[in-house]
Amino acid sequence: MKRKTEDTISNLEEMAGEKSKEKYILKLYVTGMTPRSMKAVMNIKGICEEHLKGRYELEIVDIFQQPVLAKGEQIIAAPTLIKKLPLPIRKFIGDMSNTDKILIGLDLRTKK
Amino acid sequence: MQKMMSALKKCATGIQGLDEITQGGLPKGRPTLVCGSAGCGKTLLAMEFLVRGAVQFNEPGVFMAFEENAEELTKNVASLGFDLEDLSKKKKIVVDYVYIERSEIEETGEYDLEGLFIRLDHAIKSVGAKRVVIDTIEALFSGLPNPNVLRAELRRLFRWLKAQGVTAIITGEKGEGTLTRHGLEEYVADCVIMLDHRVTEQISTRRLRIVKYRGSVHGTNEYPFLIDETGFSVLPITSVGLNHKATDERVPTGIPRLDAMLDGKGYYRGSSILVSGTAGTGKTSLAMHLVNKACSRGERCLYMASEESAHQIIRNAKSIGLDLAPWVKKGLLHFHVARPTYSGLEMHLVTINKLIREFRPNIAVIDPITGMTNIGSVDEVKAMLMRMIDILKSSYITTLCTSLTHGGQNLEQTVVAVTSLMDTWLLLRDIEYNGERTRGLYVLKSRGMAHSNQIREFLITAKGIDLTDVYVGQGMVLTGSARRVQEMKEKAESVVRREELERVKRELERKRLIMEAKINEVRAEYESAEEALLASVKEQELKENALAADRGVIAGMRKADASSKKKGRIYKQK
Repeated sequence: MKRKTEDTISNLEEMAGEKSKEKYILKLYVTGMTPRSMKAVMNIKGICEEHLKGRYELEIVDIFQQPVLAKGEQIIAAPTLIKKLPLPIRKFIGDMSNTDKILIGLDLRTKK
Repeated sequence: MQKMMSALKKCATGIQGLDEITQGGLPKGRPTLVCGSAGCGKTLLAMEFLVRGAVQFNEPGVFMAFEENAEELTKNVASLGFDLEDLSKKKKIVVDYVYIERSEIEETGEYDLEGLFIRLDHAIKSVGAKRVVIDTIEALFSGLPNPNVLRAELRRLFRWLKAQGVTAIITGEKGEGTLTRHGLEEYVADCVIMLDHRVTEQISTRRLRIVKYRGSVHGTNEYPFLIDETGFSVLPITSVGLNHKATDERVPTGIPRLDAMLDGKGYYRGSSILVSGTAGTGKTSLAMHLVNKACSRGERCLYMASEESAHQIIRNAKSIGLDLAPWVKKGLLHFHVARPTYSGLEMHLVTINKLIREFRPNIAVIDPITGMTNIGSVDEVKAMLMRMIDILKSSYITTLCTSLTHGGQNLEQTVVAVTSLMDTWLLLRDIEYNGERTRGLYVLKSRGMAHSNQIREFLITAKGIDLTDVYVGQGMVLTGSARRVQEMKEKAESVVRREELERVKRELERKRLIMEAKINEVRAEYESAEEALLASVKEQELKENALAADRGVIAGMRKADASSKKKGRIYKQK
């Protein structure tokens, strides 16, 4: 953990420059094919295509089908998006209609 | 009509006492809200409900925890004798720890709590759970940004739980002026149990109250409860009805003369006996006699002492000729010694209840009950004692309580006013007279028997307690040496009186003898006079005859007269 922090600090400038090249791993947990689920899938796909084209992995998980994952990932609300990489892990709940909040959370835009 | 009357189905909790208050348990297939402030035992109650369900009723359960993770929970309840790990392995209980961190969550539009539902559903299905605990769902309010969504979802959750047919306990933190901080009682309306933890005069008591139980009768009082090494126990004492059966069987008091005062047979079995008196009147000694006698018959005795240690009691019993040590060895006599201030009233009650369950005594001695007054208000103590006596009576335990009356107080009034609860009341009192203190014993009351109304003098000797008659007479009641003095005085007086009588009798006898002697004397005198008189008469007659004969001879010789008649006449003329 300490080493990581040092890495982060020493590579801060480097990272800032490479930010646009970082790979994103995202998981979206939905509950079946409800309208809200569909909307969330559509929204996040749009954001990813627009801002992260070519450097993201988006996995969509239906927790109806795999309820064990809900426990493992501490899912309570649906839909939930988890940003696995880059660290830190972050959770987004809702239908992903608030694009600004998502972009800030994904470190794709700084707060104004 | 008959069908409509069919009562609500209940789910037994297995928690000692709770099922009695709720008359069968929690509403089956419905959620119950358990609320209370921090540290009052909500989680424990919920956990015990699950564990007992799994162990005793073979109903698996799901514990959804928001505050503690599975490991913490396992450790916490292990101290109460629940092996959560083992139950989890056996697929009896599932613990699902829900972790929410507000700072990690970003709200990005509409959402619901379907995730939670799925997790709960999965957990229920994985073990076939019949019981569910959600502890405490209010954590969601601090973990999720939108309370409106949460409220709607909670409503849905409780409906869903009902639809699943599981009996659920939802815990909630007590709020300001409301039962729970976020008003959960609005959603869970079937049964609400409130736990409370109060500290009065440095002694803490836990209490439980059923605020609401839709469709069922329930006790409405506050019931004390206890969390100890065996878990939760609620005391449903005020719900103990007065429906115990009374027997005609008698229990000898261990003092023959006291038995005689109580209809000749002693106390009733299962009755409560109060021995009250000032300090040093022999209350404990009286209790020791009962215990010794009962143990010698092979009965089990529980001796609850709060002022003396067991050793001290045994030693003191020896001084009045009672050897209690063998009974302790044989396991017939059990001492429970604890200072009253050691714990709260409820704790005492629970301890006593537990002792009764475990030891199953025939006789119980509480020496003294007045010690309890230090740890609560009179009302509380009275209520507690009433409960205790109810417990003992309903278990057919003959109970002897000693009660210390302080000097100057009305003797016929005990500190805690429990006399009305007692079946037999023996009053021991000091009688101070002429510089001597003696002890007296009255039977003030003894329900259901013809008892003596007479005071008896109470003697504590090396051979035990002895009751003797007091001096009653000449408008006085005397005891002790005064009685002896009076008795001796009376004895002396009666001797004197008897001697006087004897003397008078003897005098009379003597007079009679004298009189008889006198009579004899007079008679003798008379007889001698009579004798003399008769003798002289005879002499005279003889003389006369001789004279006459002489004269006849002479006349004959003179031939003076021929007839004898003339002879007589001549004689007469003379």
